[in-house]
Amino acid sequence: MAEKTVILGTGLAGYTLARELRKRDPQAELLLISRDDGSSYSKPMLSNALSKDKTADTLVMAAAEKAADDLNADIWTDTEVMQIDAARQQLQSSRGAIDYHRLVLAHGASPIKIPFAGDAADHIMSVNSLADYRIFRQALHNRKRVVIIGAGLIGCEFANDLTNIGISVDIVDLAPQALGRLLSQQAATELQNRLQTAGVKWHLDNAVTSVNHAGQALHVDLKDGTRIETDIVLSAIGLRANIKMATEAGIATERGIIVDRYLQTNQDGIFALGDCAQVEDLHLPFVMPLMNAARALAATLTGEQTAVNYPAMPVVVKTPIYPIVVCPPPRPTHGEWHEEVSEDGIRARFQDEKGNLAGFVLTDGLVKERMAMAKEIKDWLV
Amino acid sequence: MKQWQCVVCGFIYEQQHGLPEDGIAAGTSWDDIPDDWLCPDCGVGKSDFEMVEI
Repeated sequence: MAEKTVILGTGLAGYTLARELRKRDPQAELLLISRDDGSSYSKPMLSNALSKDKTADTLVMAAAEKAADDLNADIWTDTEVMQIDAARQQLQSSRGAIDYHRLVLAHGASPIKIPFAGDAADHIMSVNSLADYRIFRQALHNRKRVVIIGAGLIGCEFANDLTNIGISVDIVDLAPQALGRLLSQQAATELQNRLQTAGVKWHLDNAVTSVNHAGQALHVDLKDGTRIETDIVLSAIGLRANIKMATEAGIATERGIIVDRYLQTNQDGIFALGDCAQVEDLHLPFVMPLMNAARALAATLTGEQTAVNYPAMPVVVKTPIYPIVVCPPPRPTHGEWHEEVSEDGIRARFQDEKGNLAGFVLTDGLVKERMAMAKEIKDWLV
Repeated sequence: MKQWQCVVCGFIYEQQHGLPEDGIAAGTSWDDIPDDWLCPDCGVGKSDFEMVEI
Protein backbone atom coordinates (compact mmCIF):
# COMPACT_ATOMS: atom_id res chain seq x y z
CA MET A 1 0.00 0.00 0.00
CA ALA A 2 1.18 3.48 -0.82
CA GLU A 3 2.34 5.66 2.03
CA LYS A 4 0.10 8.51 3.09
CA THR A 5 1.86 11.64 4.24
CA VAL A 6 -0.03 14.16 6.34
CA ILE A 7 1.34 17.67 6.80
CA LEU A 8 -0.11 19.66 9.65
CA GLY A 9 -0.04 23.35 8.72
CA THR A 10 -0.23 25.30 5.47
CA GLY A 11 2.24 28.06 6.19
CA LEU A 12 5.52 28.48 4.40
CA ALA A 13 6.82 25.25 5.97
CA GLY A 14 3.87 23.07 4.99
CA TYR A 15 3.56 24.39 1.46
CA THR A 16 7.28 24.39 0.78
CA LEU A 17 7.60 20.79 1.90
CA ALA A 18 4.60 19.85 -0.26
CA ARG A 19 6.17 21.52 -3.30
CA GLU A 20 9.53 19.85 -2.69
CA LEU A 21 7.84 16.46 -2.22
CA ARG A 22 5.96 16.85 -5.48
CA LYS A 23 9.15 17.60 -7.38
CA ARG A 24 10.35 14.16 -6.32
CA ASP A 25 7.15 12.16 -6.26
CA PRO A 26 4.18 13.44 -8.28
CA GLN A 27 1.76 10.78 -7.07
CA ALA A 28 2.13 9.72 -3.43
CA GLU A 29 -0.90 10.41 -1.27
CA LEU A 30 -0.55 13.80 0.40
CA LEU A 31 -2.90 15.62 2.77
CA LEU A 32 -2.35 19.09 4.18
CA ILE A 33 -4.42 20.23 7.12
CA SER A 34 -5.02 23.88 7.98
CA ARG A 35 -6.90 25.46 10.82
CA ASP A 36 -7.45 28.58 8.70
CA ASP A 37 -8.52 29.00 5.07
CA GLY A 38 -5.30 27.45 3.82
CA SER A 39 -4.33 30.32 1.50
CA SER A 40 -0.76 30.19 0.33
CA TYR A 41 1.02 33.51 0.90
CA SER A 42 4.46 34.84 1.65
CA LYS A 43 4.66 35.51 5.36
CA PRO A 44 7.80 37.65 5.17
CA MET A 45 5.81 40.06 3.01
CA LEU A 46 3.40 40.82 5.88
CA SER A 47 5.84 43.29 7.41
CA ASN A 48 6.07 45.50 4.33
CA ALA A 49 2.63 44.95 2.86
CA LEU A 50 1.15 48.29 3.98
CA SER A 51 3.58 50.44 2.01
CA LYS A 52 3.03 48.22 -1.02
CA ASP A 53 -0.69 48.76 -0.56
CA LYS A 54 -1.34 45.04 -0.39
CA THR A 55 -4.56 43.81 1.11
CA ALA A 56 -4.90 40.39 2.69
CA ASP A 57 -6.59 39.28 -0.52
CA THR A 58 -3.88 40.53 -2.87
CA LEU A 59 -1.22 38.82 -0.74
CA VAL A 60 -2.79 35.44 -1.47
CA MET A 61 -0.74 33.63 -4.09
CA ALA A 62 -3.05 30.63 -4.27
CA ALA A 63 -6.26 29.86 -2.45
CA ALA A 64 -6.41 26.39 -0.90
CA GLU A 65 -8.38 24.95 -3.79
CA LYS A 66 -5.88 26.09 -6.39
CA ALA A 67 -2.93 25.04 -4.24
CA ALA A 68 -4.50 21.58 -3.92
CA ASP A 69 -4.81 21.40 -7.69
CA ASP A 70 -1.26 22.61 -8.30
CA LEU A 71 0.12 20.13 -5.78
CA ASN A 72 -2.12 17.20 -6.60
CA ALA A 73 -2.86 17.02 -2.87
CA ASP A 74 -5.84 17.17 -0.57
CA ILE A 75 -6.05 20.28 1.56
CA TRP A 76 -8.49 20.36 4.43
CA THR A 77 -9.17 23.89 5.59
CA ASP A 78 -10.76 25.17 8.80
CA THR A 79 -9.80 21.92 10.46
CA GLU A 80 -8.55 21.90 14.03
CA VAL A 81 -6.34 19.01 15.09
CA MET A 82 -6.67 18.36 18.79
CA GLN A 83 -4.57 15.29 19.40
CA ILE A 84 -1.84 13.09 17.98
CA ASP A 85 -2.09 9.39 18.71
CA ALA A 86 1.41 8.24 17.80
CA ALA A 87 0.78 4.58 18.66
CA ARG A 88 -2.20 4.33 16.32
CA GLN A 89 -0.75 6.73 13.74
CA GLN A 90 -3.87 8.80 13.89
CA LEU A 91 -4.89 12.43 14.43
CA GLN A 92 -8.07 13.48 16.20
CA SER A 93 -9.53 16.50 14.45
CA SER A 94 -12.68 18.58 14.21
CA ARG A 95 -13.44 16.46 11.12
CA GLY A 96 -12.91 13.18 12.92
CA ALA A 97 -9.99 10.76 12.91
CA ILE A 98 -7.27 11.07 10.27
CA ASP A 99 -4.89 8.18 9.63
CA TYR A 100 -1.34 8.74 8.49
CA HIS A 101 1.74 6.73 7.71
CA ARG A 102 4.00 9.70 8.10
CA LEU A 103 3.15 12.90 9.89
CA VAL A 104 4.94 16.20 9.46
CA LEU A 105 4.29 18.84 12.11
CA ALA A 106 4.56 22.24 10.44
CA HIS A 107 2.06 24.14 12.52
CA GLY A 108 4.27 27.05 13.39
CA ALA A 109 4.63 29.34 16.34
CA SER A 110 2.36 31.78 18.12
CA PRO A 111 3.01 35.32 19.28
CA ILE A 112 4.03 35.53 22.91
CA LYS A 113 1.32 37.30 24.87
CA ILE A 114 2.07 39.14 28.07
CA PRO A 115 -0.90 39.70 30.38
CA PHE A 116 -0.84 43.48 30.70
CA ALA A 117 -3.03 45.36 33.16
CA GLY A 118 -5.86 47.62 32.03
CA ASP A 119 -9.33 47.33 30.57
CA ALA A 120 -8.08 47.37 26.96
CA ALA A 121 -5.31 44.78 27.37
CA ASP A 122 -7.35 42.31 25.35
CA HIS A 123 -7.35 44.80 22.44
CA ILE A 124 -3.61 44.34 21.89
CA MET A 125 -3.04 42.93 18.41
CA SER A 126 -0.30 40.87 16.86
CA VAL A 127 0.36 39.99 13.24
CA ASN A 128 1.66 36.50 12.63
CA SER A 129 -0.64 35.30 9.85
CA LEU A 130 -2.58 36.51 6.87
CA ALA A 131 -5.76 36.45 8.97
CA ASP A 132 -4.08 38.65 11.60
CA TYR A 133 -2.95 41.04 8.87
CA ARG A 134 -6.49 41.32 7.54
CA ILE A 135 -7.75 42.37 10.98
CA PHE A 136 -4.84 44.74 11.57
CA ARG A 137 -5.28 46.46 8.21
CA GLN A 138 -8.99 46.92 8.83
CA ALA A 139 -8.31 48.32 12.28
CA LEU A 140 -5.92 50.88 10.76
CA HIS A 141 -8.64 52.35 8.60
CA ASN A 142 -8.86 56.10 9.36
CA ARG A 143 -6.49 55.68 12.29
CA LYS A 144 -3.23 57.54 12.64
CA ARG A 145 -1.41 56.19 15.71
CA VAL A 146 0.10 52.83 16.65
CA VAL A 147 2.13 51.78 19.69
CA ILE A 148 4.41 48.82 19.02
CA ILE A 149 5.55 46.71 21.95
CA GLY A 150 8.91 45.17 21.08
CA ALA A 151 11.80 46.64 19.08
CA GLY A 152 12.90 43.37 17.49
CA LEU A 153 12.82 42.40 13.82
CA ILE A 154 9.05 42.43 13.45
CA GLY A 155 8.61 45.56 15.57
CA CYS A 156 11.16 47.56 13.58
CA GLU A 157 9.89 46.29 10.23
CA PHE A 158 6.31 47.24 11.06
CA ALA A 159 7.46 50.62 12.39
CA ASN A 160 9.10 51.35 9.05
CA ASP A 161 6.08 50.11 7.12
CA LEU A 162 3.59 52.09 9.22
CA THR A 163 5.52 55.36 8.99
CA ASN A 164 5.64 54.89 5.21
CA ILE A 165 1.86 55.18 5.10
CA GLY A 166 1.74 58.17 7.41
CA ILE A 167 1.01 56.46 10.73
CA SER A 168 2.65 57.89 13.82
CA VAL A 169 4.50 55.15 15.72
CA ASP A 170 5.77 54.77 19.29
CA ILE A 171 7.96 51.74 20.08
CA VAL A 172 8.42 50.43 23.61
CA ASP A 173 11.06 47.88 24.60
CA LEU A 174 12.78 46.72 27.76
CA ALA A 175 16.13 46.70 25.98
CA PRO A 176 18.32 49.80 25.72
CA GLN A 177 18.58 49.55 21.91
CA ALA A 178 16.63 48.46 18.85
CA LEU A 179 17.14 44.87 17.66
CA GLY A 180 18.98 44.41 20.94
CA ARG A 181 20.90 41.19 20.59
CA LEU A 182 21.18 41.29 16.82
CA LEU A 183 22.90 44.62 16.22
CA SER A 184 26.19 46.17 17.12
CA GLN A 185 25.81 49.44 18.95
CA GLN A 186 26.47 51.95 16.18
CA ALA A 187 24.22 50.12 13.76
CA ALA A 188 21.44 50.13 16.35
CA THR A 189 21.91 53.85 16.97
CA GLU A 190 21.75 54.56 13.25
CA LEU A 191 18.59 52.45 12.85
CA GLN A 192 16.97 54.34 15.73
CA ASN A 193 18.00 57.69 14.23
CA ARG A 194 16.66 56.92 10.79
CA LEU A 195 13.35 55.62 12.07
CA GLN A 196 13.15 58.63 14.35
CA THR A 197 13.62 60.90 11.35
CA ALA A 198 10.66 59.09 9.80
CA GLY A 199 8.62 59.94 12.89
CA VAL A 200 9.10 56.98 15.22
CA LYS A 201 9.23 57.82 18.92
CA TRP A 202 11.42 55.47 20.95
CA HIS A 203 10.73 54.36 24.52
CA LEU A 204 13.70 52.10 25.21
CA ASP A 205 14.74 50.83 28.62
CA ASN A 206 11.06 51.06 29.36
CA ALA A 207 7.98 48.87 29.58
CA VAL A 208 4.23 48.98 29.14
CA THR A 209 2.43 48.76 32.47
CA SER A 210 -1.19 49.05 31.33
CA VAL A 211 -3.47 49.62 28.35
CA ASN A 212 -6.83 51.29 28.94
CA HIS A 213 -9.74 52.63 26.93
CA ALA A 214 -9.95 56.43 26.75
CA GLY A 215 -13.03 57.25 24.72
CA GLN A 216 -12.35 56.22 21.15
CA ALA A 217 -8.62 56.07 21.84
CA LEU A 218 -6.36 53.95 24.03
CA HIS A 219 -4.02 55.03 26.79
CA VAL A 220 -0.77 53.14 27.07
CA ASP A 221 1.03 53.77 30.34
CA LEU A 222 4.75 53.12 30.63
CA LYS A 223 6.99 52.28 33.54
CA ASP A 224 8.64 55.72 33.48
CA GLY A 225 5.27 57.45 33.87
CA THR A 226 4.78 58.39 30.21
CA ARG A 227 1.23 58.12 28.93
CA ILE A 228 0.81 57.59 25.18
CA GLU A 229 -2.54 58.21 23.55
CA THR A 230 -2.95 55.89 20.59
CA ASP A 231 -5.43 54.03 18.41
CA ILE A 232 -3.89 50.60 18.13
CA VAL A 233 -1.41 48.60 20.19
CA LEU A 234 0.62 46.01 18.30
CA SER A 235 2.59 43.42 20.23
CA ALA A 236 5.75 42.15 18.56
CA ILE A 237 7.71 40.61 21.39
CA GLY A 238 8.46 37.31 19.75
CA LEU A 239 7.15 33.88 18.91
CA ARG A 240 6.86 30.68 20.85
CA ALA A 241 6.79 27.36 19.01
CA ASN A 242 3.49 25.49 19.12
CA ILE A 243 4.57 22.43 21.08
CA LYS A 244 1.67 21.61 23.38
CA MET A 245 0.03 18.93 21.25
CA ALA A 246 3.37 17.28 20.52
CA THR A 247 4.32 17.26 24.20
CA GLU A 248 1.00 15.68 25.09
CA ALA A 249 1.67 12.96 22.52
CA GLY A 250 4.96 12.05 24.15
CA ILE A 251 7.13 13.82 21.59
CA ALA A 252 10.25 15.42 23.04
CA THR A 253 10.09 19.21 23.10
CA GLU A 254 12.09 22.11 24.43
CA ARG A 255 11.87 25.55 22.81
CA GLY A 256 10.46 23.65 19.86
CA ILE A 257 9.63 20.12 18.83
CA ILE A 258 13.02 18.44 18.99
CA VAL A 259 14.16 16.81 15.77
CA ASP A 260 17.44 15.35 14.58
CA ARG A 261 19.27 16.25 11.37
CA TYR A 262 16.68 14.17 9.49
CA LEU A 263 13.88 16.31 10.92
CA GLN A 264 12.66 13.22 12.78
CA THR A 265 11.17 13.51 16.27
CA ASN A 266 11.72 10.87 18.93
CA GLN A 267 8.61 9.08 17.56
CA ASP A 268 8.89 6.93 14.47
CA GLY A 269 7.17 8.41 11.45
CA ILE A 270 6.68 11.85 12.99
CA PHE A 271 8.72 14.75 11.68
CA ALA A 272 8.70 18.49 12.32
CA LEU A 273 9.87 21.54 10.45
CA GLY A 274 9.57 25.30 10.39
CA ASP A 275 8.79 27.61 13.28
CA CYS A 276 7.54 24.75 15.50
CA ALA A 277 10.72 22.70 15.16
CA GLN A 278 14.02 22.73 16.97
CA VAL A 279 16.77 21.04 14.97
CA GLU A 280 19.16 19.59 17.55
CA ASP A 281 19.63 22.62 19.83
CA LEU A 282 18.62 25.33 17.32
CA HIS A 283 15.16 26.91 17.13
CA LEU A 284 15.45 29.39 14.25
CA PRO A 285 12.08 30.73 13.11
CA PHE A 286 13.33 32.23 9.85
CA VAL A 287 12.84 31.45 6.19
CA MET A 288 16.24 30.10 5.19
CA PRO A 289 16.50 27.37 7.85
CA LEU A 290 12.98 26.30 6.93
CA MET A 291 13.85 26.06 3.24
CA ASN A 292 16.95 23.96 3.93
CA ALA A 293 14.95 21.70 6.22
CA ALA A 294 12.09 21.29 3.72
CA ARG A 295 14.45 20.22 0.95
CA ALA A 296 16.25 17.70 3.14
CA LEU A 297 13.01 16.29 4.51
CA ALA A 298 11.48 15.94 1.05
CA ALA A 299 14.50 13.88 0.02
CA THR A 300 14.29 11.72 3.14
CA LEU A 301 10.57 11.13 2.76
CA THR A 302 11.05 10.00 -0.83
CA GLY A 303 13.65 7.43 0.08
CA GLU A 304 16.90 9.35 -0.03
CA GLN A 305 17.92 9.78 3.62
CA THR A 306 19.30 13.35 3.75
CA ALA A 307 20.60 15.27 6.75
CA VAL A 308 19.76 18.97 6.85
CA ASN A 309 22.69 21.32 6.70
CA TYR A 310 22.66 24.76 8.28
CA PRO A 311 25.34 27.02 6.90
CA ALA A 312 25.49 30.45 8.54
CA MET A 313 22.25 32.08 7.37
CA PRO A 314 22.07 35.88 7.34
CA VAL A 315 18.69 37.56 7.87
CA VAL A 316 17.65 40.57 5.81
CA VAL A 317 15.95 43.15 8.00
CA LYS A 318 13.09 44.68 6.02
CA THR A 319 13.61 48.28 7.05
CA PRO A 320 14.00 50.03 3.68
CA ILE A 321 14.86 53.29 5.43
CA TYR A 322 18.03 51.55 6.60
CA PRO A 323 19.06 48.39 4.75
CA ILE A 324 20.50 45.91 7.27
CA VAL A 325 21.60 42.30 7.12
CA VAL A 326 22.27 40.54 10.41
CA CYS A 327 23.90 37.20 11.03
CA PRO A 328 23.83 36.65 14.78
CA PRO A 329 25.59 33.65 16.33
CA PRO A 330 22.84 31.04 16.71
CA ARG A 331 24.00 30.06 20.19
CA PRO A 332 25.09 32.23 23.14
CA THR A 333 28.66 33.12 22.24
CA HIS A 334 31.26 35.08 24.15
CA GLY A 335 33.03 37.61 22.03
CA GLU A 336 32.98 41.19 20.97
CA TRP A 337 31.88 43.49 18.17
CA HIS A 338 34.37 45.21 15.91
CA GLU A 339 32.65 47.95 13.97
CA GLU A 340 33.98 49.73 10.90
CA VAL A 341 32.04 52.76 9.80
CA SER A 342 32.52 54.11 6.30
CA GLU A 343 30.63 56.10 3.69
CA ASP A 344 29.22 52.85 2.34
CA GLY A 345 27.74 51.79 5.67
CA ILE A 346 28.67 49.82 8.76
CA ARG A 347 30.51 46.53 8.70
CA ALA A 348 30.45 44.98 12.18
CA ARG A 349 32.18 41.69 12.86
CA PHE A 350 31.39 39.69 15.94
CA GLN A 351 34.49 37.73 16.91
CA ASP A 352 34.52 34.91 19.41
CA GLU A 353 37.22 34.49 22.04
CA LYS A 354 39.49 32.72 19.58
CA GLY A 355 39.17 35.59 17.13
CA ASN A 356 36.97 33.66 14.66
CA LEU A 357 34.14 35.41 12.89
CA ALA A 358 30.95 34.26 14.65
CA GLY A 359 28.43 36.82 13.39
CA PHE A 360 28.12 40.11 11.59
CA VAL A 361 26.06 43.15 10.74
CA LEU A 362 26.15 44.92 7.37
CA THR A 363 24.27 48.09 6.53
CA ASP A 364 23.46 50.31 3.56
CA GLY A 365 25.64 49.57 0.51
CA LEU A 366 27.62 46.89 2.34
CA VAL A 367 24.67 44.48 2.58
CA LYS A 368 25.83 42.99 -0.72
CA GLU A 369 28.77 41.42 1.10
CA ARG A 370 26.47 39.13 3.06
CA MET A 371 27.03 35.93 1.11
CA ALA A 372 30.79 36.32 1.10
CA MET A 373 30.87 37.03 4.82
CA ALA A 374 28.52 34.19 5.69
CA LYS A 375 30.97 31.83 4.02
CA GLU A 376 33.65 32.87 6.52
CA ILE A 377 31.53 31.51 9.35
CA LYS A 378 31.60 27.84 10.12
CA ASP A 379 28.37 25.88 9.61
CA TRP A 380 25.83 26.17 12.40
CA LEU A 381 25.13 22.44 12.44
CA VAL A 382 28.18 20.23 12.20
CA MET B 1 9.65 45.89 -17.97
CA LYS B 2 9.57 42.34 -16.72
CA GLN B 3 11.23 41.35 -13.50
CA TRP B 4 11.38 38.15 -11.54
CA GLN B 5 10.10 38.10 -7.99
CA CYS B 6 10.66 35.45 -5.34
CA VAL B 7 7.26 34.14 -4.27
CA VAL B 8 8.58 33.44 -0.78
CA CYS B 9 10.20 36.68 0.29
CA GLY B 10 9.49 39.24 -2.39
CA PHE B 11 13.09 39.57 -3.57
CA ILE B 12 13.21 40.97 -7.11
CA TYR B 13 15.75 40.04 -9.76
CA GLU B 14 16.47 42.82 -12.22
CA GLN B 15 18.30 41.79 -15.33
CA GLN B 16 19.88 45.20 -15.90
CA HIS B 17 21.62 45.09 -12.51
CA GLY B 18 22.28 41.36 -12.26
CA LEU B 19 23.71 40.23 -8.94
CA PRO B 20 27.45 40.86 -9.20
CA GLU B 21 27.99 39.80 -5.58
CA ASP B 22 26.56 36.36 -6.49
CA GLY B 23 28.69 36.15 -9.62
CA ILE B 24 25.83 37.07 -11.94
CA ALA B 25 26.88 39.90 -14.22
CA ALA B 26 24.63 42.86 -14.97
CA GLY B 27 22.51 42.12 -18.01
CA THR B 28 22.31 38.35 -17.39
CA SER B 29 18.91 37.16 -18.53
CA TRP B 30 16.82 35.03 -16.21
CA ASP B 31 17.19 32.03 -18.51
CA ASP B 32 20.96 32.16 -18.22
CA ILE B 33 21.02 31.97 -14.45
CA PRO B 34 21.99 28.44 -13.35
CA ASP B 35 19.18 26.21 -12.14
CA ASP B 36 20.92 25.63 -8.82
CA TRP B 37 21.00 29.34 -8.05
CA LEU B 38 19.18 30.28 -4.85
CA CYS B 39 17.38 33.44 -3.79
CA PRO B 40 19.93 35.52 -1.90
CA ASP B 41 17.36 36.63 0.66
CA CYS B 42 15.53 33.44 1.55
CA GLY B 43 17.27 30.55 -0.16
CA VAL B 44 14.47 29.23 -2.36
CA GLY B 45 15.34 27.78 -5.75
CA LYS B 46 14.90 29.30 -9.16
CA SER B 47 11.67 27.37 -9.73
CA ASP B 48 10.03 29.26 -6.88
CA PHE B 49 10.36 32.60 -8.62
CA GLU B 50 7.59 33.96 -10.73
CA MET B 51 7.61 36.70 -13.29
CA VAL B 52 5.88 39.89 -12.35
CA GLU B 53 5.42 42.94 -14.44
CA ILE B 54 6.45 46.12 -12.68
